[in-house]
Amino acid sequence: MDSRIRVFTGHFGSGKTEIAINYALKLKNEGKKVAIADLDIVNPYFCTRDETKMLEEKGIRVIATSKDFANAELGVIPAETLSIFNDKSYDVVLDVGGDDQGAVALGQYNRYFKEEDYDMYFVINTSRPFTNSVEGILEYIKDIEAASRLKVKYLINNTNLSYETHINHILKGQDIIKEVSKLTKIPIKYVIVMEELIDKLPKEIEGEVFPIKLYMLPPWRRDMV
Amino acid sequence: MAEKVLMKGNEAIGEAAIQAGCQCFFGYPITPQTEVAAYMSRRMPKIGRVFLQAESEVAAINMVYGAAGSGVRVMTSSSSPGVSLKQEGISYIAGAELPCVIINIVRGGPGLGGIQPAQSDYFQATKGGGHGDYRLVVYAPSSVQEMVDLIQDAFDVADIYRNPVMVMGDGMLGQMMEPVEFKEREAKQLPSKADWAATGLHGRKEHHVINSLFLQPEELEKHNEKLQKKYAEIEKNEVKYEMYNCDGDLDIVLVSYGTVSRICKNVIKMLAKEGLKVGLIRPITLWPFPKKAFEEVVDRTKYGFLSVELSCGQMVEDIELSVKGRKPVNFFGRSGGMVPSPTEIANKVKEIAGGAR
Repeated sequence: MDSRIRVFTGHFGSGKTEIAINYALKLKNEGKKVAIADLDIVNPYFCTRDETKMLEEKGIRVIATSKDFANAELGVIPAETLSIFNDKSYDVVLDVGGDDQGAVALGQYNRYFKEEDYDMYFVINTSRPFTNSVEGILEYIKDIEAASRLKVKYLINNTNLSYETHINHILKGQDIIKEVSKLTKIPIKYVIVMEELIDKLPKEIEGEVFPIKLYMLPPWRRDMV
Repeated sequence: MAEKVLMKGNEAIGEAAIQAGCQCFFGYPITPQTEVAAYMSRRMPKIGRVFLQAESEVAAINMVYGAAGSGVRVMTSSSSPGVSLKQEGISYIAGAELPCVIINIVRGGPGLGGIQPAQSDYFQATKGGGHGDYRLVVYAPSSVQEMVDLIQDAFDVADIYRNPVMVMGDGMLGQMMEPVEFKEREAKQLPSKADWAATGLHGRKEHHVINSLFLQPEELEKHNEKLQKKYAEIEKNEVKYEMYNCDGDLDIVLVSYGTVSRICKNVIKMLAKEGLKVGLIRPITLWPFPKKAFEEVVDRTKYGFLSVELSCGQMVEDIELSVKGRKPVNFFGRSGGMVPSPTEIANKVKEIAGGAR
């Protein structure tokens, strides 16, 4: 049984935001009452808050720093974030900034996490230079757990090379992440894949296949009609 | 072929410099380029090289001055307001004829401006910035891969001409993620630094003096003439540009650099469906400006040129100097961190060309 609160963490640039947005949309499609909170105090561009309009139109509650504060780089997290712990009618997605610096933002909610179970995901892209090996990934898991004072419950294989992703990248990533899973006893919960590559994935792959659509696109990949 | 990795532009800048043999990095954090310093702080100590977060941008550029004087490959990085602070040091480095690489990941200005992407440091980069008669070679990549390749070129060009080289990208280029390959590069024959670098006497009698002070007017003028000769060489040898869809008769030629040129390529495809033949000149070096690209198309471009910028027309003058009044030069830009959509640019083209065909 999934916990009501899902926390997405990982190395900076591992793809947390895309997955968090897609995950929130998935929960919404399952008929749930969904809130997504942007706790990213690290990135200035390409954040969940940039997709507020789209998410709200789909009926998802977005909790994010206002543009005024985000562009002033004040590292502010809105007080409203507390409501997701108090109002238990919501299914919650927390998009956390990268690395241990980003995970620090979670520390202030420690007493709530002690009272209620949560699913913390650790997103891995082995095509990223610092998480291309078992050792590198283990180091980041350790740092992020220490900074957030939370435990990773599931791994997510999000290995990709953006628009040049080949099925072999995902499979190679899967091998490395399986090794991490064996050493840490943390299971692989999802394998992320773009729609067009789904058919190429082997049937017996460990973890659930999670197809996603991209939202964090540069302007020249956006309004092509 | 090296294996491709997925990197944020700013991280790729760091790795490209490392691969190019950058021995020292001095910087100071500022959005949207802070990840350059963050990457260097993680990597440089592990490979026995120097990373130092200076107390300010002014300090950082003067550390670059010192390190460059000792003949090592050195880089600094900042964003617009920070690069303004570096200008005095850059002028000194150019005056003392030292090689170094300066990264500017541009945000909106003037003043503190904002943190979203812009190209409004074009004047500063290409027309001096600091005081005195000097020039910087300015590269303007449009993708993370091109940025990596140009940074490696930048170190070579800096060494060949003993001159600071700037690599300038808008904030988008620093923050976006793209697949990138660090290619094996042919070892270039570069001039020795042994006859000028301040590395200790080692039995020599003559000191190597790193200096930009020439108190006698005759000497300073002679020094300036030497610099001008060098800049003429650079203008002759180092111009880089791309021409896209520029064959045959053209309705309009867009002129844009950096990530905006990628939006322009989409515009060209959109307009082709509406019967308009639109080309693109993409300067890769902003200085030296690719004047000769305009010679190739000026006579067969019906409605002239359209400069598309994330600034308020700073490139227009260079285009006019290249076109020399033979065709009209128009402008479309957004500023302050706003990025134009393909549709907006396409509408401007149609307005100039009197509608679709």
